[in-house]
Amino acid sequence: MGLAKRIIPCLDVDNGRVVKGVKFVDIRDAGNPVEIARRYDEQGADEITFLDITASSDNRETIVHVVEQVAEQVFIPLTVGGGIRKVEDVRRMLNAGADKVAINTAAVARPEFVKEASDHFGSQCIVVAIDAKQTAPGKWEVFTHGGRKATGLDAVAWARRMAEYGAGEILLTSMDRDGTKDGFDLALTRAVCDAVSIPVIASGGVGDLDHLVDGVTQGHADAVLAASIFHFGEYTVGQAKERMAAAGIEVRQ
Amino acid sequence: MTSVAVIDYGMGNLRSVCKALEHVAPSARVQLTSDPDMIRHADRVVFPGQGAIGGCITALGQGGLREAVFEALRAKPFLGICLGLQALYDFSEEGGGTPCFSVLPGSVRLFPPEKMHEASGLPLKVPHMGWNQVHQERAHPLWRGIPQDARFYFVHSYYAEAADAADIAATTDYGLRFTSAAARANIFAVQFHPEKSQKAGLKLLENFVGWNGAV
Repeated sequence: MGLAKRIIPCLDVDNGRVVKGVKFVDIRDAGNPVEIARRYDEQGADEITFLDITASSDNRETIVHVVEQVAEQVFIPLTVGGGIRKVEDVRRMLNAGADKVAINTAAVARPEFVKEASDHFGSQCIVVAIDAKQTAPGKWEVFTHGGRKATGLDAVAWARRMAEYGAGEILLTSMDRDGTKDGFDLALTRAVCDAVSIPVIASGGVGDLDHLVDGVTQGHADAVLAASIFHFGEYTVGQAKERMAAAGIEVRQ
Repeated sequence: MTSVAVIDYGMGNLRSVCKALEHVAPSARVQLTSDPDMIRHADRVVFPGQGAIGGCITALGQGGLREAVFEALRAKPFLGICLGLQALYDFSEEGGGTPCFSVLPGSVRLFPPEKMHEASGLPLKVPHMGWNQVHQERAHPLWRGIPQDARFYFVHSYYAEAADAADIAATTDYGLRFTSAAARANIFAVQFHPEKSQKAGLKLLENFVGWNGAV
């Protein structure tokens, strides 16, 4: 027995509401983030991730209040991503009660930011989020700005570089699979997980509980992230853990 | 009404520790403070840690704050968390070698790359991040109501190697077996984060708030 593989429900938050899109468009409302976070905590979620997808900077404060309210009631690790561009943004989220921040676009724009943030606050709270799209067999490119902008960076090389720069964890999303319910891009997941010595969270495409199992057993992921299968009541986190345990994966029950 | 001083030395997020203490002990006075007098007057003291150990020890300074922490270590129910456990030993390998408080004999080491793999050969990642089992090596008032081998949330790259087995309150396996909780007299310290460990963690904090420091 040893370290458990983690199940992380993800809440995409837009103007204080949880939403979920398919391939980053066609957004559906899924409810109040504080209530949803509490429900997942009760179901045995190992962590909760909030991705702020609010487009307007005027509404950025909303996510801070969401994190504050959740942190008063939910005593498991909380990660917040979206719009983290400066050391000051990291500090604000940590002070609101987040344990980790996920940095995506800002890391590509200026990789030294990851170094500065991890030097300042410690690697343990710096997650680098990578959105990747397949460009050729066994090749994936990093995209930013919610998947709209190609960067020319190879996803595996980028993950390695971010680990060297002090990232404590990688949140890896397949843009090809996100919202499709076809399962993780297992080849991508495995390529990144095997390339770095820091933990990797697999994300994008979970449609049933076997996909979570595959992410760990075939993708070698340290943690699996899913949104819609939990939001719309298809499965509970507890059911996900039962399925993983039945497949011989160590989980916290 | 009991009072709990949570030592604030200007590093990282200590809000979660305070919130969790308030949650389990609504009638307690929980104070996040760097004021030596407030620490001196508190009934019990929590020493949380985050970031790098060098920064943690430097931030504590050589003045009144450090003195007040040492006084608490001698006399009051004292809970160290994460770096708050590591700082109690003689020395840490982190930051090219950092002398620590020498309250407990032992040293703090980086998880050795050559040992970081499962029996199956798959690599174990560093930092050690996530929920792992805590094996209670002896009875202690802070373990009351917490099942043997319960899982707590960890995030760290360095681990404590206790030189005196009598100080070991719990061990955890990750590539090797390390000290995940230490106890001596009025001092209890944990490598994991009870404030982030849901029910088991809240129970430990509740036990701490009700503990008189005796074993």
